[in-house]
Amino acid sequence: MEIFSNANDFLLWTRGDAFNIAIGIFIVGVVIRLLEILLLGRKADYSEPRGSELQAEWKGGLKTMLIRSVADKGTFKRAPFVIIVGYIWHIAFLIVLLFFVPHIELINATLGLKWPGLATPLVDAFAIVAMAGMLAMLWHRMIHPVMKFLSTFEDYLVWLVTFIPLITGYIAFHRMIGPYPLALGLHILSVEILLVVFPFTKLMHAITLFLARWYTGAMMGRKGIES
Amino acid sequence: MSQLNIEKGINALKEQIDGPTAAFFSSCVHCGLCAEACLFYTETNDPKYTPINKVEPLRRVWESEYTLFGKVKNLLGLTKPVTDEMLSDWETLIYDGCTLCGRCSMVCPVGNDISGMIRKVREGMVASDHAPEGLIGASTRAVKIGSPMGIRLKALQAQIKHIEMDTGLTIPIDIEGADYMALLSSMEIINFPEYIESLAKIFKQAGISWTLSSEAFEATNSGIQIGSSDIARKLVQRVVDGAEKLKVKYVISPECGHAYTAIRWDGPNLIGRPYPFKVIHILELLDELQQSGRLKTSGVLAKKLTFHDPCQIVRKGGIEAQPKRLLNSVSSNFVEMSEHGNMNWCCGGGGGVSASERADELRLKVFNRKKVQLQEINVEVMVTACANCRLVLEEGLEEYHMDIPVIGLSELVSEHLQEAEPAIKDGE
Repeated sequence: MEIFSNANDFLLWTRGDAFNIAIGIFIVGVVIRLLEILLLGRKADYSEPRGSELQAEWKGGLKTMLIRSVADKGTFKRAPFVIIVGYIWHIAFLIVLLFFVPHIELINATLGLKWPGLATPLVDAFAIVAMAGMLAMLWHRMIHPVMKFLSTFEDYLVWLVTFIPLITGYIAFHRMIGPYPLALGLHILSVEILLVVFPFTKLMHAITLFLARWYTGAMMGRKGIES
Repeated sequence: MSQLNIEKGINALKEQIDGPTAAFFSSCVHCGLCAEACLFYTETNDPKYTPINKVEPLRRVWESEYTLFGKVKNLLGLTKPVTDEMLSDWETLIYDGCTLCGRCSMVCPVGNDISGMIRKVREGMVASDHAPEGLIGASTRAVKIGSPMGIRLKALQAQIKHIEMDTGLTIPIDIEGADYMALLSSMEIINFPEYIESLAKIFKQAGISWTLSSEAFEATNSGIQIGSSDIARKLVQRVVDGAEKLKVKYVISPECGHAYTAIRWDGPNLIGRPYPFKVIHILELLDELQQSGRLKTSGVLAKKLTFHDPCQIVRKGGIEAQPKRLLNSVSSNFVEMSEHGNMNWCCGGGGGVSASERADELRLKVFNRKKVQLQEINVEVMVTACANCRLVLEEGLEEYHMDIPVIGLSELVSEHLQEAEPAIKDGE
C-alpha cells in the first residue's frame, strides 16, 4: 500500500472513498439484478386456482418464504451435516454482523437505525463459531461427491470473500497484527470487497431466495399444495 | 443440420426463461440437498443426477442472455456455450434420469422449483432434436391416432361392449348435455378396463349424469411428457373441443397422473384461455360424492395395505387428503410409508420414463427406493391412483420378487359400493 503514507491514511481511505464506491456498486448492482429478475415477469396463469386466486397465491407464497427454512425430516436424516452446519454458520455470521456494537454504530451512522448489541465476549465466541462452521462447510464442499461435483470457481470465491471479513475482523479486534489502523482498514476493505462481489455472484441468494420461495410457494398455493 | 437444430434448441430455452427461472438460478448455492431428494441420485450415488445439474443448459442460456454479468462474459469470451454435444450428454439426464416428480422442488432450501425447470429444458431438447425415441413415438401416435399407445375408438368400443355384457351396466358415449365427461388413459383402456367398470358402477349409484366422448376420450398427454408445448396444446385442444361439443359442466381427469397436470393445470395456459367447464380429478369427485352422502360404501378390506401417492396428483396436484379419506372408508388396516403424501418417493416411471425402453434398466434400479419403503411396513396390498404408477409398480415388484398386488383406488371403492338393498357385509 505505497500510495498511503501511513496506516491512518489507509484507514481513512477505506472509511471514505472506498466505502462510498463499494456501497454504490452494491446498491446499483443489486437493483440491476433484481430488475433483471422482476422485469422478466410471469405469464398469466389461466388455470383455475383452488380457492381465490389472490389468497391462494399470497398465502402459499408467504408461507413458503418462511417454512422453507425448515428442512423436511427425510432430507434432514440424509444430509444432517449441510443442514446443521449451514444453520450454525449462517446464524453465527448474522449475529456477528448485526449485534457487534461497533457494527451497530456504523449502521446507525449510515442508515440512522439502531438496536441493542450483544456483550463483546459473546460476539467474539459467535465469530469463532461462524469461522469454524465456514471451514467445515468448505471441507464438506471439497469432499462430498455431490457438492464437489457441483462446485465451481465462484463457489470457492464467494466462500473466500465471506470468510475474509470474519478473520480480519477477529484479527483487528484482538489486535493480533499492528498497527491497529492497518488491521481495521484491512477488515473494512474486505467487507467492501464482499459488497462489490455480492451483486455479481450467488451471494445474491441472500436476497433472491425470498423471491424464489415466493414464486414457488405461489405456484404451489394456487394448486392447493402444502409446501 | 445440427447447427440449425442447436439454434432452435437455444431459442426454445430462451422462450422458457421467466422471472421465477431467473430468481431460481440467482439463488442456487450448490448446497447439493436436491440430490438427496432425487431417487436417481440416492439409488445410484452418481452426482450427475443431482437435479440442479440437470438444468445446466437452461442456466447457461439464462446467464448469457438475461444477465448483465453474462453479457460481459460473452464479450470477454468466457461464456460456456450450450452445444449440440452438451445437449446429447444431457438427454439421458433430462429424460431417463428424471420423472418430473417434483420432490426436489419441495426440498430446495432456497425454494427453487427445479422440476419445473427440467420440464422447461425438455422444450429445448425437443426443439434441438434430442428427445428419446420412445417418447417421440408416443407423441406421434398421440397426435396422429389419438392415443400414445395407438388405441383407437374401436378398441375402446370393444372394451365397453365387454364391460356392458359382463355387468349389464351402460357406458354412455357422446351424450350431449351430460354433467360430466370422463377421460381415460390408454393404459386404463387396455391394461385396466376395470377402471371404466368402476366409474359406471359408482356413477350409477350416485346418480351422476356422465358420458365419454368418442372424439376426446384419451387423457394422456405425451406433449407434456416429451416437453413439447405444441403437441401438448393439440392434445388439450382435442379434449376442450370434445367437452365444448357435448356442453358438459365438468371434465373428469382419470387416475393417471400426468393427464391431470396436463388438463387441470397446464391446459388453460397451453390454449391461452380459461375453460368454460371445470376439471375435476376422479379422486376429488369420489371424495365429494362420499362426503355429501351420494356415494355409500359398506364393508372394509382388512388386509394390511398402503397407498402410493402419485406425484402429479398429490405432490404436484394438491390432492392429498382425498385419497386418504377414501382409503380409510374402505379399509381397516391402512398404513403409510415412511415418507408419504407430498414427500412420497416416485415409482420411477413418471414423466415419460416408462415410455422409453432405453430407460428401463435405470428405472428398475431406482425402484429400490420403493422396495425399501415397502420392506419397512410389510404390507399385503398396494393401492395407487395412477395407471402408469400401477404398471411401473407391478414391474418393479416383479423385478424385486415381491409378491404384492397393486390395485387402483377407484376400483377398490367400487368394490365396496353399498348394494341397492343395504346389506351389512363383514370385513373381507
